Amino acid sequence: MSPENAASPLQYGRAGSNAGQPLTRRDGLLKVTGRATYAADNHPDGVLYAVAAGASIARGRVTSLDVAAAKAHPGVVEVLTPANRPPLAHDPDEKMPPFGFRVDVLQDDTVRYVNQPIAMVIAETLEAATEGAALLDPHYEVESAAVDLESGERFAPAAVGVGAAARTAHGDVEAGLAEAVRVTEVDYETPPQYHNAMEPHAVVAEWDGDRVTLDMPNQALALSAAAYGAYFGIPAENVLIRSPFLGGGFGSKAILNGPQILTILAARMLGRPVKLALPRKQMFGPVGHRGRTWQKLRIGTDGEGRMTALHHHALAETSTFDDFIEPSANIALPLYAAPAILAEHEGLRLNVGTPGPMRAPGAASGSAALEAAIDEAAEACGMDPLAFRLANYAETEPGTGRPFSSKTLRECYAEGAKRFGWSGRPLEPRRMRDENGFLVGWGMGTAVFHCPHFPAEARATLRADGTALVETAGADMGQGAWTALAQIAAEALGLDPSQVEFHSGLSNLPDGGVAGGSGHTASAGLALHKAGGDAIASLAELATADAASPLFGAGNIGVVAREGRLYRRDDETRSDSYADILKRAGRAQIVGTAKAARDPAVASAYAMFSHGAVFAEVKVDPDLGQVRATRLVGAFAAGRIINPRLVQSQYYGGMIWGVSFALHEEAVTDRRTGRIMNADLAEYHVPVNADVPSVEAILIPEEDAHVNPLGVKGVGEIGITGTVGAVANAVWHATGVRVRRFPVRIEDLVAGRAAG
Amino acid sequence: MNRFDYIQPASVAEAIAAVSEPGSVYLGAGTNLLDLMKIGVSRPQRVVDITRLPGLDRIDWLPDGGVRIGALVRNSDLAYDERFAKTFPVVAEALLSGASAQLRNAATVGGNLMQRTRCAYFQDLGSACNRRVPGSGCDALGGQSRLHAVLGWSEHCIATHPSDFCVPLVALDAMVEVEGPRGTREIALDSLHALPGSTPEQETTLAAGELIVALRLPAEVASFADNARYLKLRERTSYAFAVVSAAAALEMEGDTIRAARIALGGVAAKPWRAREAEASLAGAKPTAEAFAGAAELALAEARPSGANAFKIELARRIVARALNFALAGTPQEMPALPASPFSTNPGAYHVA
Repeated sequence: MSPENAASPLQYGRAGSNAGQPLTRRDGLLKVTGRATYAADNHPDGVLYAVAAGASIARGRVTSLDVAAAKAHPGVVEVLTPANRPPLAHDPDEKMPPFGFRVDVLQDDTVRYVNQPIAMVIAETLEAATEGAALLDPHYEVESAAVDLESGERFAPAAVGVGAAARTAHGDVEAGLAEAVRVTEVDYETPPQYHNAMEPHAVVAEWDGDRVTLDMPNQALALSAAAYGAYFGIPAENVLIRSPFLGGGFGSKAILNGPQILTILAARMLGRPVKLALPRKQMFGPVGHRGRTWQKLRIGTDGEGRMTALHHHALAETSTFDDFIEPSANIALPLYAAPAILAEHEGLRLNVGTPGPMRAPGAASGSAALEAAIDEAAEACGMDPLAFRLANYAETEPGTGRPFSSKTLRECYAEGAKRFGWSGRPLEPRRMRDENGFLVGWGMGTAVFHCPHFPAEARATLRADGTALVETAGADMGQGAWTALAQIAAEALGLDPSQVEFHSGLSNLPDGGVAGGSGHTASAGLALHKAGGDAIASLAELATADAASPLFGAGNIGVVAREGRLYRRDDETRSDSYADILKRAGRAQIVGTAKAARDPAVASAYAMFSHGAVFAEVKVDPDLGQVRATRLVGAFAAGRIINPRLVQSQYYGGMIWGVSFALHEEAVTDRRTGRIMNADLAEYHVPVNADVPSVEAILIPEEDAHVNPLGVKGVGEIGITGTVGAVANAVWHATGVRVRRFPVRIEDLVAGRAAG
Repeated sequence: MNRFDYIQPASVAEAIAAVSEPGSVYLGAGTNLLDLMKIGVSRPQRVVDITRLPGLDRIDWLPDGGVRIGALVRNSDLAYDERFAKTFPVVAEALLSGASAQLRNAATVGGNLMQRTRCAYFQDLGSACNRRVPGSGCDALGGQSRLHAVLGWSEHCIATHPSDFCVPLVALDAMVEVEGPRGTREIALDSLHALPGSTPEQETTLAAGELIVALRLPAEVASFADNARYLKLRERTSYAFAVVSAAAALEMEGDTIRAARIALGGVAAKPWRAREAEASLAGAKPTAEAFAGAAELALAEARPSGANAFKIELARRIVARALNFALAGTPQEMPALPASPFSTNPGAYHVA
C-alpha cells in the first residue's frame, strides 16, 4: 500500500533537509479526488454483507429472535446468533493482551448495553441484510439497568487508562490543605462522548484456507493482526490487515470490537468474503467511547497564590464487564508545582459499552476540570490566571523531582499571551463588551500530553537507480503519517522525499507500532531513521572499501549522505552517488533494517511531555446565553517538528475538538432505558466551520536531547487539552457564571444570571 | 424488506389519484422522508414522487403584489430570489438559518411545511410514541425533554415542529394552496399544523390525498419589509434545530407601531403565532416595556413539559430581542450568520 500505487509521487522540487519542511500530504490528491480506497470501498467477488442487530435494551436477556423470518427473506444467507455462532479460539470474556477488551460476540443471550450485537445477518445485498436484521423482532426479559450515578456501582479500580496507576500520592495533601490560606473545592462533570470518525468502523474479510485478509481501518496493525490471529486460532502472520487510509480513528480503531470479529467469523463460516460497515447509530455502543466523569478538585493556596496541595479525584464510568477508566485525575500530576498532590480514581459500573481511549484519553476530560478549577483558584487568590500558573510553574516533575526531558511551557505562555493580547484582560468577569453589546470573555488553559514510545521496526531499501523503498506498518488516520514518516526516512537516506517510495498500512510490513498516544511519528519515525541509517552504513562500507570510489579509504573518517550521494566528511569535493556505488559492487539493492524502542534508563530518568498554552475568546449574548468561541490562540512546544503544516493541522483539530467538548458534544442518554437519544450526526453535535471563526496555532521551537534520538514529541492529542478549560474560563470571564458541567448549555447561562 | 411501489405521476391529478391508495406518501426532495424510511419510522407502501410534476417550481408574482410559490421551489432558490428576499426578508432569513446549505439546495417549500418532528422518541422505534403509533404512549414525557414543547402540548405528545421557514410564514398570514380528491382549497398556514390534543398522529389538517401545490404570501404583508427579523437560538451555528426562535415584524408610522407580527418556533407542535402579543403593540410606542409586555403575553400560556422551563424565559427574551432587531430595521443585505443573535454586522455573504 502506498500513495504511489495510484498516483506518481509528488515532486517537491527542493533539495536539502527534508524534515522541518511544510510538505503537503502525499496522499492528499488521492483523497480530494476520491481515488483513495477506504476499507468499505473494497468489493471482492462474491462478497456478502453483514448487518448486526443491536440490542434496544441496556440490561437483560434476549428471549426470542425470529430467525426464521430473517432467513426467509430473499437474499439472506445466514443469521448468526448465540445458538449457531462458531467457536472462537480466544474466550471473548477474557481480555486480549496487551490492551484488548472483553468483546460481545454472541457468546450468550445476555444484554449488557444498548446497541450490543445480539445477532448478525449475512446476505447477498446490504438491503437484504438490513431487512433481515429488522425482521428478527427481538423480545427481551428486561432488567433494571444502571445508567447514572445513582444506579451504578462504585468500585476501586486496579488501574486506569491503559495500565496507569489509579492512585498517585506525593506528599500529604490533607496537611497541605490544612495549612492553605484558601481552599478551592469544586466539582466538574464531563459527558459521555463517542469518537464518530467520519469513516465508520468497517471490515471486508476474506479467507483463503487458514489465512485471512482484512480490509479495515486500523491504528495498530501488528497488534491487531496478532489479536485477530488469537481469536481465530491462526498465527499472526496468517492475518493480513490492509489499512491504507483511515477516515479518522481517534483511538477507537486501535481496539478490537465485537462486530468486526463476528464479520470475520461469518466469512470463514460461509466461505465467502463478508463486508461490514457500521451504521452511524451502532457507532454508539460496541466500539468504545469517552466515559462520563464526575471530578472533584481541591486546591490549597498560600498568601502568595502558591499551591500548598492539589487533590484531583475522578469518578469515571465503565461497563459492567470490563474496565476502561478515564485516567482524568492523572492530569494533575505533571503540571503544577504543588508540594502535595493526590490523583485518584474511582470506577462506576454502568450498562454502557466499555469506554476506551478517545483522543487524549483522561487528559481531555481531566484537563477540562483541572484547568477550570485552576481558574477558580486564581480567582480566589485575586490573581491573573496566567500569573497564577506561572507562580506554580513546575521546573521539575512535581512529586518525583525528575527533570523534564525538555519543557518550553514558559515560552508557550509568553508567546501565546502576546499574540492573543492577554495583558489587556481585566481580572473581574463581565467587564468586557464588544461594539454590539455582547459580553466578551478571555480564558486560558495549560495544555500537556505525555510522550509514549512504542517499539517499532522498519526496513529501508536503496535501489540500483539511487532511489529508495522504505517500509513500516504505520497508520495514516488523516494526520499525515505517510508524509511525515517519509520525510524522516528521506532525511535518513539523504534523498528527496520524491525519491522515496513509502509503503505502509499493511500488517505484513515491519511493525510500525501503534498510531496512538501521540507517539506514532516518534515511534515509527525512529525505526525509519535507524533503518535508513543502517542502509547508508552498508552503502558507506561498500564505497570506502572500493578502490574505484572517491571515498576509498574514508572508513574511519566517515561520510555524509545528501542528495543521493555520499560525501567524505572532511572533504566534500570527494563524493560518490548511490547508484554508482551499487553498480560497481554489482548490487541490485542494499537493505537496512531497524528495531527501535525507548531506552528504559532514559525513560525513568526524565519526565517527558509536550506542553502548550491555549487562550480563548468567547462572546456571549447577555440575555440569550448563546456562546460563540470567536478566537483561539494556542502555542505549543513539542520537540522537533518534522512537518509544520501537518503539525499545525493537528493543533487546529485538537483545539476545535476542545471547543466541541466545551460547547457542543454530548451523548444524551434516556435514564429509564439507557438508550442514547442522539445517536446520529444531526443531533450529536460537533462544531461546524462557522463555530470556529479564528484558530491560530503557534509552534514554539524546542530541542529535546532525551525523549528520543529524533527529538520528536507528540502533537496529536495535546490540542484538545487546555482548550476546553480555556473556553470554559472565557465563558466565566464573559458572564461571571461558572458552569461546572460540560458542555456549557444556554440554560446554564440563562439560569445562572438574570438578564442584562 | 419494506417493498414499496414507486410512482412518477405526470400531473397533479395523476399524483392525487396515485396517492389515494392507503399507505401512500408524496415524495419531494426526500430530505426528511427518506431518513425516516431508513430508520423504519415511515414504512409507506407506495411512494408518489412529485418532483417531476410540471409547473410547481415557479415563483409567480401576483397582480396585487403578493407572491405564489410553487411547492417544488427549492429552499435555496426562494431564499436567494432577489425580489422575494427584498419583499419578505424575514422569510428569506429564516430559510437561510435552516438545515445546511446542502439540504437547503435540495429541500422543497412544500416539504419544509410537511416535515415531521425531530423528537428523538418519535424517531426511536423502541420508544412509545403516540404520533408514530397512536395510543402507544409518549416516552418523551419524563425523558430527555429539554428541547420539547412549552406551548400547546398535551399529555399525549410534547413534540415540536422543527421548521424555521414556517415561523415567519405564519406570522405573515401565509396561505397554503391544496389540491385533493375533492378539488382545490386553501388553508391558512396557521391552520395547517395541528396541536396534539388527544390525537397527535393527526399532524396536519390535510385530508387524505391532499397535496400542497403552492404557498401564497399576501401583498399587504410586504408593508413589514423594512422592519422584520427572524432570530434563532441554537447550539451550533449551522445544521442545528432551534432551541427557540422568533419572527418579529413591525409596520411603523413615525415612532408608533401601526401593526406587529410575532411568531415563535421550537416551542410547540406548530409554528406559534402570538396574536395577543401582536395586538398589544398595535398603536404603541416601541419601548422596551412594550416589547417585554408583548413577550409576556406571547408566553402567557406556556408551561414546561419536562426539564425545559428555561425555554419559556428564553422564548420571552428572544421575542423581545427579535422585536428590537425588527425595530432597528431589516439589514440591507443578508447577515453573514442569518438569524443569529451574533449577526449584528450585516454585509457579508452568509457562511452558515
